[in-house]
Amino acid sequence: MSYTVSFERMNELIQSLQSNYKIFAPVRFEKRGRYSDTDMVRYANISCVEEIVHDEKSDFSPKEVVFPVTQAILYFTESEFMESRVHDKKILIFLRSCDIHGIRRLDNMFLRNGNVADFYYKRLREKVKFVLMECHDGWDTCFCVSMGSNETSDYSMAVRFHDDSLEIDVKDEEFEPMFGKEAQSDFTPEFVKQNAITVKIPDIRDKDTLHEVYNLPLWQSYNSRCQSCGACNAVCITCSCFTTTDVVYSENGRMGERRRVWASCQHEDFTAMAGGHRFRTTPGERLRFRALHKVYDYRQRFKTEQMCVGCGRCDDRCPEFISFSAMINRLSEEVDKLNEVKSK
Amino acid sequence: MNGLLVHETRANHNEMIPTAHEVLGVVRETETEFTLRVKTDAEVHHGQFFQISLPKVGEVPISVSAIEDGFVEFTIRSVGKVTGELLRIRKGDRLFLRGPYGNSFPIHQFRGKDLVIIAGGTGVSPVRSTLRYFYQHRGEVPSLHFIAGFKDDNSVLFREDLELFRQRFDTIYSLDHDKVPGFEVGFVTEHVKQITFTDFSDYNVVIVGPPVMMHYVALECLKEGASEDKMWVSFERKMSCAIGKCGHCKIDETYVCLDGPVFNYSVAKSLLD
Repeated sequence: MSYTVSFERMNELIQSLQSNYKIFAPVRFEKRGRYSDTDMVRYANISCVEEIVHDEKSDFSPKEVVFPVTQAILYFTESEFMESRVHDKKILIFLRSCDIHGIRRLDNMFLRNGNVADFYYKRLREKVKFVLMECHDGWDTCFCVSMGSNETSDYSMAVRFHDDSLEIDVKDEEFEPMFGKEAQSDFTPEFVKQNAITVKIPDIRDKDTLHEVYNLPLWQSYNSRCQSCGACNAVCITCSCFTTTDVVYSENGRMGERRRVWASCQHEDFTAMAGGHRFRTTPGERLRFRALHKVYDYRQRFKTEQMCVGCGRCDDRCPEFISFSAMINRLSEEVDKLNEVKSK
Repeated sequence: MNGLLVHETRANHNEMIPTAHEVLGVVRETETEFTLRVKTDAEVHHGQFFQISLPKVGEVPISVSAIEDGFVEFTIRSVGKVTGELLRIRKGDRLFLRGPYGNSFPIHQFRGKDLVIIAGGTGVSPVRSTLRYFYQHRGEVPSLHFIAGFKDDNSVLFREDLELFRQRFDTIYSLDHDKVPGFEVGFVTEHVKQITFTDFSDYNVVIVGPPVMMHYVALECLKEGASEDKMWVSFERKMSCAIGKCGHCKIDETYVCLDGPVFNYSVAKSLLD
């Protein structure tokens, strides 16, 4: 059923939900943006609907709700390890269709890859219910339509924001009773039908072509531009890599934690082993690694759609204005040329 | 939850928690390398690895260099933070382990066929348990050629085992430059031609060592008539989880921790970092 709910009433509902739920949504952090005098929009706990930034794209994705930037996984003394704990509340996330698809991609990585579910992801992920935020036109770096992530029915509730009210489509029986007294509406979420950018997934048909792709000069062209900062990985909803490190609480201390921290495949030390050996030593090779993971490797591994959901945050965030969508289109053109040569 | 649950039986199992194991002995192999014998009843296959942890220091993937009743051995080069600290471990101390992880050398496929094992430096360590197995079960393979290469006399690992292997295998031990009794001089690649693959009715070749060494030894074997699908290599990569989540060991759609560390050469040759 769908309803029209005033912000005032919605805030009462949020308040009552908070006894069982932590509610996450894109929130404005004033003057915390990447340029002076700009704001940052990222996911945080909310307690009223006015806090939700619904008319801008968030700089960071909601992945940090289920896969925190840093997370204590074990606590240790010198003689034992203990599992860390999480809060006992359930989680509600306000997010867009692309990000719902993105979290499904994370599910594949954390829950299915290797046939053993990641304990730490799973314990947070199982708590999560989605509140879809309707998206009308997207933004200028979005390419969700090309990636097929513009639409979804995978949500408990969907919302459309008006000035002082919202329309809400409630699909989840758990939430239905809360809205019994609200005015019904015929709202169903609409989806982005077209983006300013169209991206073509490269049609890599075999390993031979893949190896030719490795050697394309286009990767080298990024060597002087890419700073290997890893900002693209940090904002990406589908980037799931991490490193674990041990942290001791005090100097000469005997207690501490084993901590999981986001890792970036763009960083030079991503593959570095003790003794100094590492792989992919140029920024171009590392960009190639990331690009192919997003549009080829993941699809090959899971026999499913590509990993990238087209949120475009990597383009928004790159300090060198490297456009991922442009890179993939360049790659597709090159692959088409390779395929053409082969078909002759 | 809709379609979320995976492997119900292990649903609440936390694979990241290591357990304490007693160190039964320490053997100093070289100035920087040492072997730890660790008590465990885990079922381990030749070529697999464990995550060894030291609280406060961290965790590293180390392959088993021996698998025996009630214990495994790890041979470690002390070059990093964790391996440097492991150097201080003594008999009777406790180590934290999780594993074993990864696939293993296909011993069942090796049985009844000639076997060639070529290893360089610390690459001898992941093949040592296989060698020890066939030393104890010599009748299972018609012949076993073992070529081991080390940098110099001071880098030679497993001296006792090497002497035992001489008795039951066709061995060539080589040092890059040093002239020492019992050792040839030169890189392992230079000795591959002594193996006539065409004399074998069927065979397998195991090659383990640094990436460059494996690459050139494989090419040399191919030149001598070996076929790709009979060759096996083992990869070493940085890992944080060993269960296919952390992403560090990924090469195209392959995860070394899950799909390796052992690869048939026909697969390995197309794994480009």
